[in-house]
Amino acid sequence: MKLLKASLLPAFLLVIWEIAMRANNVQSDSLAAPSQVAIAFWNALFDGTIFSRTAETLRAAMLGLALGGGSALILSIFLGLVPPAARLAQFSIEVLRPVPAVALIPVAILTLGFGYGMEIALVAFATFWPILIYGMAAIVNIDQQLLDLARVLRLGAYARVTKIVLPATLPRYFVAFRLSMAVSLIIAVTVEIAANPLGIGYELMQASQSLHPALTFALVIWVGFIGFLLNSVLLFAQQRLFGPAGATMVAAP
Amino acid sequence: MTGNAATTAQPARSVGAPLIEFRGISHHFGSREIIRDVNFSIRESEFVCLIGPSGCGKTTLLRMLGGLLTPTAGQVLFGGKPVTAPEKEISFMFQDYSKALLPWRTAGGNVSLALEANGVPAAQRGPRIAELLKKVNLANHADHFPAQLSGGMQQRVQIARCLAQEPSVLLMDEPFGALDAMTRQSLQDEILKLIAVSRTTVLFVTHDLEEAIYLGDRVVALYPNPGRVAQVFDVKLPSPRDQLTTREHPEFLRLRREIFDFVREVEHEAP
Repeated sequence: MKLLKASLLPAFLLVIWEIAMRANNVQSDSLAAPSQVAIAFWNALFDGTIFSRTAETLRAAMLGLALGGGSALILSIFLGLVPPAARLAQFSIEVLRPVPAVALIPVAILTLGFGYGMEIALVAFATFWPILIYGMAAIVNIDQQLLDLARVLRLGAYARVTKIVLPATLPRYFVAFRLSMAVSLIIAVTVEIAANPLGIGYELMQASQSLHPALTFALVIWVGFIGFLLNSVLLFAQQRLFGPAGATMVAAP
Repeated sequence: MTGNAATTAQPARSVGAPLIEFRGISHHFGSREIIRDVNFSIRESEFVCLIGPSGCGKTTLLRMLGGLLTPTAGQVLFGGKPVTAPEKEISFMFQDYSKALLPWRTAGGNVSLALEANGVPAAQRGPRIAELLKKVNLANHADHFPAQLSGGMQQRVQIARCLAQEPSVLLMDEPFGALDAMTRQSLQDEILKLIAVSRTTVLFVTHDLEEAIYLGDRVVALYPNPGRVAQVFDVKLPSPRDQLTTREHPEFLRLRREIFDFVREVEHEAP
């Protein structure tokens, strides 16, 4: 019922679009009717290109996210727990963070050439910041009493991180991870559209340049669907992981 | 804590010699003077209550003995040695129970944390946890998360976790301040019972005069701004204490009057 209600508006718009295209008998190099988009999508699905291209994009996005997110996780714990180090790093972070990842595409091409390497590096750069900033904020916000408890119990550095710091901040890290996941897909597709002959973004660019509006729209819808799917999986995981016990701990969105 | 804490090998101490000594303690936060030249000592197995208005530095003194804070001047001695970091034998019970327990661990898991910290092998933890939770009347709540427990129950979990450390000294920072009167009284009695068995030394911070007299062997009253020792009251009340008879005891009433007058005087004309 909920699904039905939600799909009412998009379905209505699609019908209007289809009727408008047919009524005016549009033959265009830049527009396509929903039925044509559906056929193009079906064909791309059928010959398998859409899957192999998607796999390329996801591979670059996930490896980049793992690299950027993983190093941000470690660095944020260190900087969060060692305030002098955080003060030392603050200026560098403030200078580097605003650099748009896409502005680094020329630099990446120059140093790494085309291919997975440069795409992974750019995704890593873009996903590094949300996790670093959110993570540091999460650690600084751990209740002082929990840190006192760790001291009173004389927990070592490793035990303190694994038994107190990480569990206390995990829900917030997960929110940051979810944000970075969306960023990783955006950056991967952008890099492919702008430069890299790989993945779904490159396929999109090709379809557009060879004047295939139906396929172009089909791919755009597909990319949106992939992003939606990834976020849904993570939302589900978030609710499962931090459900009853975590509800009290998550103050972040 | 089956008398382990008492039999643990300790450096030879003559009976009656102070176990804990605050010696010439002064403390500043920035330019603000918090504590000025505090001196007092605590004998082994003694129950000492610290009272005083807010701003008298009672929690600060407790944190110094807990090894969480180093005084600007003076020394806190434990067993004759200065305390510079948290000691294994000193356990700290926090005021705010809702933040002192790990919300992602069950009651049993929270008790387990202290055992893990002390390097108790995993195989021995289960029975120890069950025994400790039974001691604080939470045997049936081992699998509950703190959020599912009442305030009094959460504070009991904290007591169990402190006992898991097998401490010879227990520091308590207004542990029952946020609880309702009935829960507070039953926890007071439970703590006294547990302490009587283990012969643990206790330093207890409170702003409740009656609680201080009811629990303590001695009550140390502090002046505020900056914190100084104002007066030490010996509590000569029969043990075990009883919520009805002790609180009606002439000596209890006399002390309550004396300390009450003192506190009122302090509030009106802090010297």
